[in-house]
Amino acid sequence: MMSSIILSALWGVIMMFSGIFLKKKSTAKYIALVGLLMLLMVNLLDYYNVWMIHADIRQMLKFTPFGLIFNVVIFACTLIFLLLNAAEFEKIGTHVYDYYALIFFVLCGAGLAISFNTLLMLFLGIEIITIPLYILAGSEKRNLKSNEASIKYFLMGVFSTGIMLMGIAFLYGATGTFYIEGMNLGAAGLQPMMLIGIVLLMAAMAFKVSAAPFHFWVPDVYDGAPTPVTSFMATIVKVASFMAFLRLFDNAFGKLHADWQLLIALLTAATLFIGNITAVFQQSVKRMLAYSSVAHAGFMLFALFGLNTFAREGLILYAAAYSLATIGSFAVLAKMDDYSLEGFNGLSKTQPLLAFTNTIFLLSLTGIPLTAGFFAKYYMLLGAVKTGNHLWLVIFAVLMAAVSAYYYFRVIQAMYFKDGNAAVSRVSPVFSISLGLTAALIILLGLFPNILLNGLYF
Amino acid sequence: MNPNDVLITFPELLIWFPLLSGLIAFFLKEEKTAKRWSVISSIITLAVVAVSFFFTNKELYYHYNNVSYVWMPSIGSSFALMYDGMGRMLCLLTALAFPLAFLTTYNTRYEKPNHFYGLMLLSQTGLMGVFCAMDALVFYFFWELAIIPIYFLASQWGGERRVQVTFKFFVYTFTASLLLLVGIIYVYLHTPDGSFSLSSFQKATLSSGKEKFIFWLFLAAFAVKMPLFPFHTWQPDTYEQSAAPVTMILSGVMVKMGVFALIRWLIPVFPHASVVFTPVVIALAVIGMVYASLLAWAQDDLKRLVAYSSIVHVGLMCAAIFARNQSGVEGVMVQMFNHGINIIGMWMVVELIEHHFGTRKISELGGIAKSSPLLTIFLVIIAFANIALPLTNAFVGEFLMFNGLFQFGKWTTALALTTIILSAAYTLNMVQKVFYGKTNEVTAAGAGMVKRGAVTALVMVVIVILLLGIYPKLMLDLTSDTVQGFLNKITGL
Repeated sequence: MMSSIILSALWGVIMMFSGIFLKKKSTAKYIALVGLLMLLMVNLLDYYNVWMIHADIRQMLKFTPFGLIFNVVIFACTLIFLLLNAAEFEKIGTHVYDYYALIFFVLCGAGLAISFNTLLMLFLGIEIITIPLYILAGSEKRNLKSNEASIKYFLMGVFSTGIMLMGIAFLYGATGTFYIEGMNLGAAGLQPMMLIGIVLLMAAMAFKVSAAPFHFWVPDVYDGAPTPVTSFMATIVKVASFMAFLRLFDNAFGKLHADWQLLIALLTAATLFIGNITAVFQQSVKRMLAYSSVAHAGFMLFALFGLNTFAREGLILYAAAYSLATIGSFAVLAKMDDYSLEGFNGLSKTQPLLAFTNTIFLLSLTGIPLTAGFFAKYYMLLGAVKTGNHLWLVIFAVLMAAVSAYYYFRVIQAMYFKDGNAAVSRVSPVFSISLGLTAALIILLGLFPNILLNGLYF
Repeated sequence: MNPNDVLITFPELLIWFPLLSGLIAFFLKEEKTAKRWSVISSIITLAVVAVSFFFTNKELYYHYNNVSYVWMPSIGSSFALMYDGMGRMLCLLTALAFPLAFLTTYNTRYEKPNHFYGLMLLSQTGLMGVFCAMDALVFYFFWELAIIPIYFLASQWGGERRVQVTFKFFVYTFTASLLLLVGIIYVYLHTPDGSFSLSSFQKATLSSGKEKFIFWLFLAAFAVKMPLFPFHTWQPDTYEQSAAPVTMILSGVMVKMGVFALIRWLIPVFPHASVVFTPVVIALAVIGMVYASLLAWAQDDLKRLVAYSSIVHVGLMCAAIFARNQSGVEGVMVQMFNHGINIIGMWMVVELIEHHFGTRKISELGGIAKSSPLLTIFLVIIAFANIALPLTNAFVGEFLMFNGLFQFGKWTTALALTTIILSAAYTLNMVQKVFYGKTNEVTAAGAGMVKRGAVTALVMVVIVILLLGIYPKLMLDLTSDTVQGFLNKITGL
């Protein structure tokens, strides 16, 4: 994993420099694809204990099969993301090489955030993830909404970073170390300073994963940022932050689970409620997907609520299922001329493939069996019921999942049952094939989720 | 031949064959090919069921009717199917319903016929899976999968308000299914061996309070599907708006999923809670019966009339199951099949009338008997079966069910029996107004309205009605193993 962290940083630099020497926009995606394939390969080698680089990291990072599998998910999703969005990136602006470079830096940050062993590395990882996103969100320079998104995200992001640092400082004050093993929280009960630290960190992480009530930046930022960037932020960035969130509260604060479980339960309920209910009233599909991503954050919070094997396995599955479906759905959206719900009217007649694959993505997001989304939700619920308390939360969650069917199915209704002439921009064969593969992958994971989970137990 | 040589078991064949032929149907763009393909495919499925009935080799019996594959060992779920008496009976109903539905509407043209027939066959897969599943997760999988094709079918083809109405139906069932999922997860976590199999579910140790709570999570899903009063509001709208074949499948077969699940998944898993809530459920069922009967009387639309009469019949089944005695459960077994056949027959007649005259308002029709005596004969037989006259198939079932219910309570039965009178009243009233009386300008041109495909289908229905009316032992024998198993499970409570 060390090698993939180094490689992603290195490849980011290579991308930037090749931007100076290569003038053709379209070459960028090939270099990026090579980089991603190499990352996947290096990661696999790591998985089979072939270490490319030995670095003395002073226990600041800890590499587990769990993290490695998660890295595979992230890299694979980025690969699919790239295949689906390469054409869109070329439309955003002139600095295509820089956009890809920034994406590689985000991946480097994700690697750090997933495998941190001290709070310093967590902070570093989260910041490396976020800073490139401030730039990417504003990458459509001439578009006011994109600029607004960037500024909003930056201001709110900086604020949450402050809170996070404050939380880390409190924990350091309470324990005298940044290392999560050294902290040994829970050994001497809960002290006020620890509690403040934990709550502050929870707030900061909730901000990063867009959990209510820290989700206010989401709709405007997701709506304003260029669609491919939104897709990236809502999926890969979000699930990476979630993994950091889980690792922090599992490894560092796990022994105090009983003390903060109720807080997470309330956070979960609020996120599910606000995300789902607000999504119902959206007219723009892009905004609807933004709120749906808040709603899914609510479901992923169940991993922290449950904090058992099912929940941990479930988060990996959820990350994969949610990312694949959302990337696919955003990719279809990016091709539409009109982002409103009416814009989808009659898509099944003009573009049967787009309509069909989008239906699978939406069904997966709803959590219908035979799609990956079902098992993702299923594992989350399993983990939550297993804890044995707060069954009300689980019932509430499934009722909210039923609400989510409402807004996802409205898109399906528009595509299939409404008359209209949905206009789309040109669809390349590579795009169609990638879209079909993504849908096939979702069905495959929906039938055999074990192919992903078995990787954890080698 | 030894057990290892078993190539494919009956339940597998019944699931995979419609799935495969359904997927192929999507590629048959030509309308005629798609139609022929699905008719032939559904008849082959029926033949498979027929063959399975004659397969009585003692040694290999078990191996051809049970199957279990490793699916997700980490959470103790396996792809387990069983083909027992009740499963066979419902698979037969499913296999019979599809050719009937296809044949009746053979002359109806559908937009995008390949999608229509493909989705129909896919829904058959889901139904067969539900009836054969022996693993709770597999059951839930098919339970949901049966709905998805129906959702697309009912939203794409049908009346003006179809999209909204179907969506209401979908949200109802999806919400209830999710509650069922929570229930399944809860029971699974309390099974002794951490498995999803039905036998482990029956051994689960639940505290009394939790059992009562989870019981309702399960019942919610089944009640919506049946539908049990007060969860029935989606039903008349959906039946009215869907295309005829879809309505036939919905009312003839899909409704049985709920009744079936009560017998297989609810009462044996929660025996104590079932005893506690028996009065509540029976009360709901009987209230629903009387209420729906009165509503059926007031309907002017033929489809809505049949829809409400279906609520009455299903309510009786639900009440008879909860009476928990031999007579009641045997009656339910017989009636599950017969109600499916009868209501499909009713829809056929309604569809023929609507297709030919362009209306299904009782007030606008009249005197069809003069212009089409053939249809009238069929209808009268089916209508008699619908009100459970002796010598028709429904008589035996209803008699057994009322007998069972009587052992539960006299007054409840008396109240439920009023629905028989009401049902006779509204059914005969309908027959009289639609088929007799004066011919008007709408119904004058009735000659030649029944085409060959429809006659075949109607004859099949009438044969089944009379055969099972005269010799009901066929159905009783077929399902006796399930009935005994069920009774053994609940005796002494």
